Amino acid sequence: MAQVKYVSASRVFAKDAPPAVDALDLDIDDGEFMVLVGPSGSGKTTALRMLAGLEPLDGGRVEIGERDVTFAPPKDRDIAMVFQNYALYPQKTVAENMGFALKMQGVPKDDRARRVREAARLLDLDDNLLGRKPKQLSGGQRQRVAMGRAIVREPKVFLMDEPLSNLDAKLRVQTRAQIAELQRRLGVTTVYVTHDQVEAMTMGHRVAVLNGGKLQQCATPRELYDDPVNQFVAGFIGSPAMNLQTVPLVEGGVHIAGTTLPLPLLVRTAALESGLRELVLGIRPEHLHLADGAGELPGEVLLVEELGADALLHVRLAGGGQAMVARTEGRRPPARGQHVTFHVQPDDVFAFHPSTGDRLAA
Amino acid sequence: MTALPIRAGSRPGQLRTLSGRVGWGIVAWVVAIGFFLPVLWMVITAFKPESAAETWPPKFVFTPTLAEFRLVFSGMGPFLTHSVIATVGSTILVLVLGIPAAYALSVHPIKRWRDGLFFFISTKMLPIVAAIGPLYVIALHAHLLDSIWLLIILYTAMNLPLAIWMIRSFMLEVPSELLEAARLDGAGRIREIASVILPIVTPGLVSTALICVIFAWNELFLAINLTVTNAATMPMFLISSVPQEGLYIAHLSAAATVASVPVILVGWIAQRSLVRGLAMGAIK
Repeated sequence: MAQVKYVSASRVFAKDAPPAVDALDLDIDDGEFMVLVGPSGSGKTTALRMLAGLEPLDGGRVEIGERDVTFAPPKDRDIAMVFQNYALYPQKTVAENMGFALKMQGVPKDDRARRVREAARLLDLDDNLLGRKPKQLSGGQRQRVAMGRAIVREPKVFLMDEPLSNLDAKLRVQTRAQIAELQRRLGVTTVYVTHDQVEAMTMGHRVAVLNGGKLQQCATPRELYDDPVNQFVAGFIGSPAMNLQTVPLVEGGVHIAGTTLPLPLLVRTAALESGLRELVLGIRPEHLHLADGAGELPGEVLLVEELGADALLHVRLAGGGQAMVARTEGRRPPARGQHVTFHVQPDDVFAFHPSTGDRLAA
Repeated sequence: MTALPIRAGSRPGQLRTLSGRVGWGIVAWVVAIGFFLPVLWMVITAFKPESAAETWPPKFVFTPTLAEFRLVFSGMGPFLTHSVIATVGSTILVLVLGIPAAYALSVHPIKRWRDGLFFFISTKMLPIVAAIGPLYVIALHAHLLDSIWLLIILYTAMNLPLAIWMIRSFMLEVPSELLEAARLDGAGRIREIASVILPIVTPGLVSTALICVIFAWNELFLAINLTVTNAATMPMFLISSVPQEGLYIAHLSAAATVASVPVILVGWIAQRSLVRGLAMGAIK
C-alpha cells in the first residue's frame, strides 16, 4: 500500500511543442481510486506512463510510497499495469500470462500456481480457462485476464490505461462496477486513465481533469460537478454537457432570450472588477426547468430525445444563440416546434470569464 | 413482383463479375502452367532412358526407368553432404547473428540505426564477381580454400543482410504494449527476446530461414571458384553431370530433380508458417 505523488512532473516530446504533461502536481492517497480524465491529447496517458516508468520525466519527480522512483526502472516500482489492448502474451496460456511477473521474481512454481488460481477466482475466471491461449478467449475474458495479471503481483499501485474501451457498452457498465468493487476490496492505490467522464464520475474517489497537459481540477466527482473551477471542467463533466453561451452583461444580470437573467451579486462584482462586457453563461440541462405558466426564458423546441425516464429537449431560445439542451420529465414532453418557456434559479447558473475560462466568483 | 425487376437488373452485373473471375482464372492457370511445364518436363525426362530423352518430336510414351537415378545416387553422396552442411550451418549462423542484430535495429534501436541498416544492405550492392579475386586471395592465405568452413562463412555473409532486414520488419510488428508489459513484469533483455518476441516472430523466422536455405542450397558461383572436391556442393554436382561428349539430358534431369527435392520439401513443410509469416500483421 502506498500513496503516489507527482511533483511538478513534466514530459516534453518535441522541443517546439507544448509539454505533453506540464508541471503536474498531484497527491494520491493510500488506497485511493484516482481517475485521470481528459480529451485525447490531454496528457493523461503520458502521466500514467511516467508513473509506470515507461516514459521518462523531463522535469520534476514522481514518488511511490514516499520513495522517489523518477529514475527507477518499471520493474522496481512495485506497480502493475492494465493496458488498453490488454497486451497479453499471445503464445502463453492464461496461467502463464498471469504468472509471468512472479516467475521473473523467482517465486516458486507451487506458490505461483496458487496465487494465479486465487486471482482467477477473484475475477470469476474458470479454472479451465487457465490453460487456454488469449486468442481463445472472449473480449471480456481477456480483459479479466489482464486484470488478473495485475492482481497476481500484489503491487503497491495499480495503473489502468482505458481498460474498458475495447468492451461493448453493456459489458463496460458491468465491468466498471466490478473493477470499482474489486479495488474497494483489495484497497490498493489505483490510478485509472479514461476519456469517458461517466467512468470517471462513477469509479473515482477523486477525479483529476487534465487538458492540454495541465491539471485543471482534482476533486471528488460531486465537487467537480457542482463546483467546477473553469469552463473546461464545467463543459467536460456532465452528460449531456453543460449549456455554455456567451451573453452580454447588463444592469443586474445578463441579457439572454430577450430578457434579463439576474446573476448573484458576487458574480456581478467579479465581472465588473475584471472590466467585462460579456461573459460565458453555463446552465446544466437539468436546471432549465420547463415552466408551467410563464417562465423567464422563451424558446422553440428543435428536437426531442426521449430516453425513457427523462427526455432531452434541444431548444433555441428567443433572440438566437446556440441551441440549448434541457432535461425534462420523460412523460409527455413538448413536441417539436412547440414554443415553451423555462425557469432558471439564479443560484444554479455558472459564469465564466470569456477569455480565460475561469469561473467568476466560485 | 417487386423482386423480379431487381433480379433481372442485377443479372448482367453478376455475369460480368463471373466472366471476369473466369478470365482471371484462365490467366492464372496459363501463368502457373507456364512456370510449371519446364519443371514437369525435367521430372519426366529424368525417368526416360538416355536414348529416348533427346528425340524430336519428344516421346510421350516410353518405359520409365530408374537407371539415371541410380547413377545419380551413386555419385552424389559427398556433394549432398557438403551442401547440407553449408546450408544448415550458414542458416543457423544467420539466425544466431541476425536475431540480435535485428533486435538492436528495431525494438531497442541503437544510435544511428539507419546507418547500420544501410550498411548491411550496402554489402549486397557490389556484384560478387567483383569481390571474387580478393576473396580467393584471403581464402588462400587463411588456408580455407576448398573447405566447407569457407562456404559456411561466405553463405552466412551472403544471407545475413537480407535476413536482418526481414527479421527486423517482423520484430517491428510486435505490439509495443507487449514489450512494455514485459518490462513491467520484470523481464530483462534476454527474457524479452526469448519469452516474448521470439514466440511471436517464429513464423517470420521460418520464412527467413527458408529463403536463406534456398539461396545457400542453389549457390554456385562462390562454390565453383573456391572449392574443388572437399567442399563441392550440389550445384557443382549438376555441372559435373554434363560429360564432355555423349548424351546427358536424362542424367542431368535426374540430377536436377534430386537436387531440387530438398528445397521443395523444406518449402512445403514451412508453407503454413510462410503464409503466417508474410501475413504477420494479422497477429494481435
